[in-house]
Amino acid sequence: MDLAYTAAEEEFRARLRDWLAGTLPTLPPPPPAGDWPARRAHDSAWQRRLYDAGYGNVHLDASPTLRLIFLEETEKAGAPYVGANFVGLLHAGPTIAAEGTPEQRERWLGPILRGEEIWCQGFSEPDAGSDLASLRTKAVRDGDAYVVTGQKIWTSHAEVADWCELLVRTDPGAPRHRGITWLAMRMDAPGVTVRPLRTLAGSTEFAEVFLDEVRVPAADRVGEENDGWRVTMVTLSFERGTAFAGEVVACRRTLTEVATRARANGCWDDPVLRRRLGRLHAEFTALWRLVQWNVSEAAATGGVPGTGGSVFKLRYSQARQELYDATAEVLGPGALDLSLPWTRERLSSLSYTIAAGTSQIQRNILAERVLGLPKGR
Amino acid sequence: MDFRLSDDQRALRRGVRELLAGRFGREALRAAVDREGGLDRKLWRELGDAGFFALRLPEDEGGAGLGLPEAVLVFEEVGRVLLPGPLVATHLAAGSVPGAADGTAVVTAASELPSLVQHFEDADTVVVFASDGVPHRVDVPEAEAVPSLDPLTPLHRLPRPPLTPGPPPGAAVLLTAAEQLGSAARSTEEAVRHAKSRVQFGRPVGGFQAVGHLCAEMLVRTETARAAVYAAAVGGDLTEIAGAKLLADEAAVRGARDCLQVFGGMGFTWESDVHLHLKRALLRARRWLTTARAEEIQAQALASAF
Ligand SMILES: Cc1cc2nc3c(=O)[nH]c(=O)nc-3n(C[C@H](O)[C@H](O)[C@H](O)COP(=O)(O)OP(=O)(O)OC[C@H]3O[C@@H](n4cnc5c(N)ncnc54)[C@H](O)[C@@H]3O)c2cc1C
Repeated sequence: MDLAYTAAEEEFRARLRDWLAGTLPTLPPPPPAGDWPARRAHDSAWQRRLYDAGYGNVHLDASPTLRLIFLEETEKAGAPYVGANFVGLLHAGPTIAAEGTPEQRERWLGPILRGEEIWCQGFSEPDAGSDLASLRTKAVRDGDAYVVTGQKIWTSHAEVADWCELLVRTDPGAPRHRGITWLAMRMDAPGVTVRPLRTLAGSTEFAEVFLDEVRVPAADRVGEENDGWRVTMVTLSFERGTAFAGEVVACRRTLTEVATRARANGCWDDPVLRRRLGRLHAEFTALWRLVQWNVSEAAATGGVPGTGGSVFKLRYSQARQELYDATAEVLGPGALDLSLPWTRERLSSLSYTIAAGTSQIQRNILAERVLGLPKGR
Repeated sequence: MDFRLSDDQRALRRGVRELLAGRFGREALRAAVDREGGLDRKLWRELGDAGFFALRLPEDEGGAGLGLPEAVLVFEEVGRVLLPGPLVATHLAAGSVPGAADGTAVVTAASELPSLVQHFEDADTVVVFASDGVPHRVDVPEAEAVPSLDPLTPLHRLPRPPLTPGPPPGAAVLLTAAEQLGSAARSTEEAVRHAKSRVQFGRPVGGFQAVGHLCAEMLVRTETARAAVYAAAVGGDLTEIAGAKLLADEAAVRGARDCLQVFGGMGFTWESDVHLHLKRALLRARRWLTTARAEEIQAQALASAF
């Protein structure tokens, strides 16, 4: 049980902190909400700055501990969020790095790290959400390409993406998990139509993607044909593992801001609210420790986060919603004012128990895979 | 940073688990229940010989020279098997109250629960942790027996406070949290074991999601509390210790209740051990630091962060 960082890790932290202190004041202000091309340009420019300073590959190459330090420090300094680069840096990139050929790594990783190419995730379908393995978008081999037809949904950042990590069915006759293939598809390929969907928060951050006989070169397949489910599990373990570490830091900061606000407006004198905020403080401290626990496990097992990710994701998504419910208590009537960031965050937090595998699905995973209980129906 | 247990820590945990399995298995537990909590002094001395109480004393004082993380692992095992007795108080008194370190004395603390003393009749010495943080021997000529919620922890009420207690020592709070953690982990395991073997509607009840999800939530609470307790042991920060107690109390109490639910009617019997975990967890949740107090400490930390 050692929570001390090595001298080299502390040196990395100090250098990063210096660099952030010098760089962040020179960044342009974030673009207005809803302006997707501006958002893309902003996120890409930030990724380019990171790349030029030598931090571009931190999500792919660095040890889990350095990645944790990176997420902690950037969040503490108030640096921009990965934003539109989320899928590229935290999903598709790690998957390509782990499962791609040398040519594929060469072709795709550089542009991801330099912020030149944006990726989106085409997994979910109208009839395949939690039951992802029932996906039906079909791909038929035709010479040196796959011809893809079907529909994806809830595809975040689809509007500005260059590439899509796409799950398709290549063998309809095989058992469900054995007929799936992982493809990288260009979003500007003929036959791809993107229709934005409005979220309950009013934004259009995800979309429906219609695919009509889209030709995807066979060379853009990652992993073997029909081995896509295994490749997908690699991707999902990254998503549930350390991807949320920076957000825990952000939530802890928000909590201190809420406490300050509560003291200023008198809410703090209400012992019920005060104790509620106190409990959240213990909760988020523990969640940070859980992240460190998972990172230590990941570092020891070669980088792929384990089922600790499901424990974390369940508790974190719940705690985040409780945090923003508490902000509403402190805001009073301001909780109805959509111009306030906490009010908007409260709405966004509603997606946390759904996206990246619902809470019910995480409980199934823990019950079946960790506790060894019989499969439910 | 490597938050995982070291090889030595794993070996320590294994050793303690084996010792307790041999000396305090199910039969010994039920015998203790039948004795209504009266302590087995021979076992107490064996625990002393094995270093339970002197664990954190320096080697030149006859201790093992280990730290809070190791003590936490030991007390987690204690919590798993519901070992009775004022273990935390005696552990903390080692080095200052004669006989505590080697288990020849049983030391109980009058500051652990407000106005109540545990194991009063078995104790050789009653101490109070005053504001200087160290145990002060106090003279308690008489105390009135109170029927105890927990069959393994006899309670006596003191006519008047012997000495004004100070804030609870961090180690006392943390080791109590570690016992809660062990109990929470055990309740999760027992619930899962039962859910795999009890068949209704032609299948193990663990195959029903309503049951499986209860077990998953027990696991989540246990593992979150574990991260909190272990980290607090490494850092020794008082606020973090209070937070760890808060989460461990919740994991143990709710874990035992959910375990009872999974056990069905069997869970409501005297014969099953489920109620023993629940009752002790309820008692530990009041020891040293209540939920209300722990939440206030967290709130104070938040308020002073700016
Ligand atoms: C903000 C946001 C962004 C997203 N971004 C992307 C993206 O970029 N790319 C992508 O591919 N997908 C994305 N998703 C989709 C997300 O992965 C799915 O919404 C999620 O997996 C749930 O699927 P569903 O919406 O079809 O719900 P359903 O699977 O229809 O679930 C409905 C309800 O049934 C429950 N349920 C389903 N099956 C079970 C079961 N076996 N046991 C118990 N309960 C069950 C669920 O928990 C839920 O409560 C995003 C979703 C959100 C909210």
